[in-house]
Amino acid sequence: MIGARILLESLKKEGIEVIFGYPGGQVLPIFDQLYDFDIKLILTRHEQGAAHAADGFSRATGKVGVCLATSGPGATNLVTGIATAYMDSIPMVAITGQVGTHLIGNDAFQEADVTGITRPVTKHNFLVKDVKDLARTIAEAFYIASSGRPGPVLIDIPLDVQRADTEFIWPEKINIRSYQPTYSGHPGQIKKAAKLISASKKPIIYAGGGVITSGAHLELEELAQKVQAPVTTTFMGLGGFCGTHKLFLGMLGMHGTAYANHAVMESDLIIAVGARFDDRVTGRLDDFAPGAKVIHIDIDPSSISKNVRVDVPIVGDAKNILKQLIAEIKKLPDTAQWLRTVDDWKKKHPLTYKDDSAMIKPQYILQQLWELTKGDAIICTEVGQSQMWACQWYQYLTPRTFISSGGLGTMGFGFPAAMGAKLGCPEKEVFNIAGDGSIQMNIQELATCVANKINVKVLIFNNGFLGMVRQWQELFYKKRYSYTQITSPDYVLLAQSYGALGLRVTKKSEVRAALQKAVETQNTVFIDFRIEPEENVYPMVQAGQAINKMIEGLA
Amino acid sequence: MRHTIAVLVENKFGVLARVAGLFSARGYNIASLAVSETFDPQISYMTIVVEAKDEKVLEQINKQLNKLIDVITVTDFTKKDHLDRELVLAKINYAPKDKPKLEAIFNKFVGKIINHKADTAIIEAVGDQRQINELLEELNQFGIKELVRTGKLAISN
Repeated sequence: MIGARILLESLKKEGIEVIFGYPGGQVLPIFDQLYDFDIKLILTRHEQGAAHAADGFSRATGKVGVCLATSGPGATNLVTGIATAYMDSIPMVAITGQVGTHLIGNDAFQEADVTGITRPVTKHNFLVKDVKDLARTIAEAFYIASSGRPGPVLIDIPLDVQRADTEFIWPEKINIRSYQPTYSGHPGQIKKAAKLISASKKPIIYAGGGVITSGAHLELEELAQKVQAPVTTTFMGLGGFCGTHKLFLGMLGMHGTAYANHAVMESDLIIAVGARFDDRVTGRLDDFAPGAKVIHIDIDPSSISKNVRVDVPIVGDAKNILKQLIAEIKKLPDTAQWLRTVDDWKKKHPLTYKDDSAMIKPQYILQQLWELTKGDAIICTEVGQSQMWACQWYQYLTPRTFISSGGLGTMGFGFPAAMGAKLGCPEKEVFNIAGDGSIQMNIQELATCVANKINVKVLIFNNGFLGMVRQWQELFYKKRYSYTQITSPDYVLLAQSYGALGLRVTKKSEVRAALQKAVETQNTVFIDFRIEPEENVYPMVQAGQAINKMIEGLA
Repeated sequence: MRHTIAVLVENKFGVLARVAGLFSARGYNIASLAVSETFDPQISYMTIVVEAKDEKVLEQINKQLNKLIDVITVTDFTKKDHLDRELVLAKINYAPKDKPKLEAIFNKFVGKIINHKADTAIIEAVGDQRQINELLEELNQFGIKELVRTGKLAISN
């Protein structure tokens, strides 16, 4: 069997039914095999779109997303998508063609050192020089991508290896001696954590993307209920805890709720689950939660004690550890007074905005979207103001309903990711919350959506600005709006020219009907919402400040 | 402070680049690095001397190294009984009249002449870093024309 065929047979063994990609000179044998193979390739209009689509597919389904590109520029176009997946620990396998082994290093046409380029943004990568290694390499790649703390893995396959012939032997079991992730938590550490919880008066649970990766949301809820501790999530953790639960405080950090930030700062115990104390969460580290002890549950030892000092580290899988921890807590802390304090903050500092303008407020659109869907949808986002509003003004009830580029903050992510999510979950309504800046970064994927009948609904919050940068310029650079005004095409005509439906909404009274129309339309829909141009995202913690020093806007 | 770390890695192409890349990407400084195959040809041994300003940085270096898929084990020798040696080759200015003076040095310090020409000699020395530095200070009086050092090699005791 030739290498190209071995690749596809291996993907099939891994349960892959759909991949995202773009052809080119150095992947011709693979595309030739795809011609009549029962794996569907979604032909994107840009390799970056393929990488983000594979990522979105993975985030929506929990399965490994796969993208495929040719050597050189095809591969380098994947890099932003790979880096995005890497920062958010998303399991993905990227396959790239490479020039023939005899040409490697010769500056051949469309040659790039792809394993070199992607080394810092992949969990691991491989250059396959011998077809006999191909099947095992693919199995290892999937195993590495999906186990431990997941991440993207790249396999670079030279043209001659794709053509070379060998017997297809699929390894049923993978064992890598130098890679043995820890899944079960240390019982002694779990005991210590349980004791800290029992002794606490003001505990708070701070949950991150690890809860979603691990599928630990039910255990998380059980822990919160049992301890009666309020819960805040990171951006990546949204959906990991029910957004309408009375113990839920919303997201914390730079654009988190004031009450989540106050609660973390005043707590005496932080139970961190699958979160990494990122700078957008902690603000000024020296001032972060000064009175709190910290329990840190994470599968990646290098996440622990990286930024904040930890009292009880527990390395392992969140689901396993939470189960054990719940069983281990014998004495329950009395948190009634603490919950009342937290409720006071909720009442005093609610999320709010002024809805008095003739213009449409972005928050209003999200509220209407919530009313329409009640959480039964997948919300993807681009990056910037629209993304932050989507975190604040929509409630995520279950894991994998919020899909967004967190760590890398990649503009242009949302639309192709929504495409991938819709393919992974065809029964779900999938929305992409976009700004007029971000949507123009991968707008070419409209063609992919229409051609493949991938009916995603793109809500463009069109304010004529690169809004988040403009907001910073307004607040910190004396309103000198340097290159943040941006023009757009006529999105209605643009959508039409691609064969999609375009709508324009300029009045508040038309918002709900437009959303309704989008949902009822069996096609890709672009809605151009003309929103208040200089609306800001509040609350806001200035970079480098303590997170309870918030600009609360008009509240 | 300098720390010595031993890393066992899979002997595959690109592994050195992964380790070196980790250090540069995270802003850690490598003071010296020695790599070679072990008795098992599938495994290489790296002795890395790093500059780490505190325990926290050292801990991160250890954890990040462990996170690399091709890294088998990481041993931090900072608090572990170990022996370390370095090999140096030094080319110094030399005239036959210097021979007794050099031999006196070699009686007190490590080192020997392994080759000489009309006006230069090559000195070989193996020792710990203190011994090597002492020797180099002594040799300086002749004028050191070229100097190569392996960097530290360390093994647990």
